[in-house]
Amino acid sequence: MSQSLFEKVWNAHAVRQLSNGQTQLLIGTHLIHEVTSPQAFGMLRDLGLKVKFPSRTFATVDHIVPTQSQVEPFADPLAQEMINALRANCEEFGVTFFDIGSGHQGIVHVVGPEQGITQPGTTIACGDSHTATHGAFGAIALGIGTTQIRDLLATQTMALSKLKVRRINVEGELPPGVYAKDVVLHIIKLLGAKGGIGYAYEYGGSLFDNFSMEERMTVCNMSIEGGARCGYVNPDEKTFEYLKGRPYCPQGDEWDAAVERWKAIASDPGCHYDDVVDIRAEDIAPSVTWGISPDHGIFVTENIPDPAQESDPDKRESIEEALEYMKLPAGAPIAGTPVNVCFIGSCTNGRLSDFRETAKYLKGHHVAEGVKAIAVPGSQIVDQLCKNEGLDQIFRDAGFEWREAGCSMCLAMNPDKLIGDQLCASSSNRNFKGRQGSPTGRTILMSPVMVAAAAVTGVVSDAREVFHVGQTAAV
Amino acid sequence: MALEKITSVSGKGAYVPGSDIDTDRIIPARFMKCVTFDGLGEYLFYDVRHHEDGTLKPHPLNDTNHAEASILLTGVNFGCGSSREHAPQALHKAGFRAVIAQSFAEIFFGNCGTLGMPCVAAAAEDIEKLGAAVNANPDLEITIDVEKNRVFYGDENFTVHMADSARDAFLSGKWDPIAELIEGDADIDRTASALPYMAR
Repeated sequence: MSQSLFEKVWNAHAVRQLSNGQTQLLIGTHLIHEVTSPQAFGMLRDLGLKVKFPSRTFATVDHIVPTQSQVEPFADPLAQEMINALRANCEEFGVTFFDIGSGHQGIVHVVGPEQGITQPGTTIACGDSHTATHGAFGAIALGIGTTQIRDLLATQTMALSKLKVRRINVEGELPPGVYAKDVVLHIIKLLGAKGGIGYAYEYGGSLFDNFSMEERMTVCNMSIEGGARCGYVNPDEKTFEYLKGRPYCPQGDEWDAAVERWKAIASDPGCHYDDVVDIRAEDIAPSVTWGISPDHGIFVTENIPDPAQESDPDKRESIEEALEYMKLPAGAPIAGTPVNVCFIGSCTNGRLSDFRETAKYLKGHHVAEGVKAIAVPGSQIVDQLCKNEGLDQIFRDAGFEWREAGCSMCLAMNPDKLIGDQLCASSSNRNFKGRQGSPTGRTILMSPVMVAAAAVTGVVSDAREVFHVGQTAAV
Repeated sequence: MALEKITSVSGKGAYVPGSDIDTDRIIPARFMKCVTFDGLGEYLFYDVRHHEDGTLKPHPLNDTNHAEASILLTGVNFGCGSSREHAPQALHKAGFRAVIAQSFAEIFFGNCGTLGMPCVAAAAEDIEKLGAAVNANPDLEITIDVEKNRVFYGDENFTVHMADSARDAFLSGKWDPIAELIEGDADIDRTASALPYMAR
């Protein structure tokens, strides 16, 4: 019987059924970082347990790392305490740690793929909801809490109920100036922030077939913003090409055998899906958020919603709450909204192709007066690759600050924070109240090229007009 | 590891209405710079409870009448966003032992389960009615009967929902799964040995 990738991976990793009916699921690859793991190691010690498979847990440090300088000691003693704790825990339990001095440090969801740790047909978990990113390789990748990190350290398994699978087909080609970020913002807008609860999202169709691995990662990354526990794309030649030769991938004969296994793990034609959604790529335009939930999205050419036009009282109240927080006028065009800060980076859009594509348009432009603009590579390797191509200099010449690798302003657990009610054009993934570090700070999510357009004009802008995007196809 | 069987939770309520209340709002990221969960309770809902100068805003949890609340009442998609267990931990450390909402985000729901904190879903009108009753009488005693899937208060009661697996885990005292996971050790090894990537 034909099966989906989810079904096959689930079955291969199901250890046994637990007494409450949940499955004890083997998680082959466990990724940890400094914020959600120290308490788990503490629980492990309290219970007198050891790490069962130390070679299957990989650590890096990302959330609290300052991006202006990674030199220690950090100015913030709490941040220093957290990195010290991670170092000590990895040392004590024999866990591989991509530390700052390794040259391989970065955001956990950038590091996994670039090291080749992220592989098709595997199960991956991390105490971070954006773990779905790794699904781009055909892995089932789950965000978990700290108690489950303890469970994984101790047993390499966790208790989980099986998910349903929703296939999201996007057919066709994106118009010029429209990117993977616009696709995922569009999907979340259509299906809602809680539309994916209980589901794994399988992204497919000709758009995803043609997408690069980094574009696939951008979409999978934000699956959780649509409520889905995980999201994935079936592995194909692009997946194998990306992974070949990476440090933690099989080599030689083992590589060939692995590729054969990976091919077989893809969803079979005609397999069952619990739901199917069809979207046309041509219908998608550059997208931005106007509110305080990732499903508060519109095209940049559209107007901010007007609660007076909304008949559903719950929706009306939600629009009113969002607009009051965002201090945006109901019914007005979103384009032209003044921005204070522009941020390009994060596990959603902090990879080489993001900086490469943005630099292509940013060259010859300059950040508007009064706007603070920062570009933050997702890893030390991304930083180096950008520098090899001179991309950092293009950003600097345009008036951006080029920073060191980390989560930066996506969640503000480090010095990169909004001040007061500053409005940030951000390539990150969440526009929640206070997300970027100030209790009144405001976030508008968009693609990196759209952030660059906002940076050079000082207002939310249609990047296609600012950069005269027309003839060149979107990469 | 014998755990308490959780068949019901009783206590006073606090009503925090709103939809899509995310875990950043429950516990802002800057308070997660810690290596233990101790002390998180005082930062629960910090930014919606405090002005920037630290003084208190009007908020149900700042109302001293609700100081003893242990059951939180709220809206749709509660706990969405970040997977941070700091959010349920902050609720737990602030004295909450259960949440009644219209619906829950999945990771949050699971995280609450492993802390022994039942999350039950109810209809909007039932929550609103109970919320109004709690606001009128903060000392109102509420009981969530996990076994019967019902909430009781005063002369009223209504149906609630919870995934069978979670309900079963509370009733059997296996809501922290670690003991049962460890029992599967031989099966874990067998499953792992069939997966080539586990050998690396």
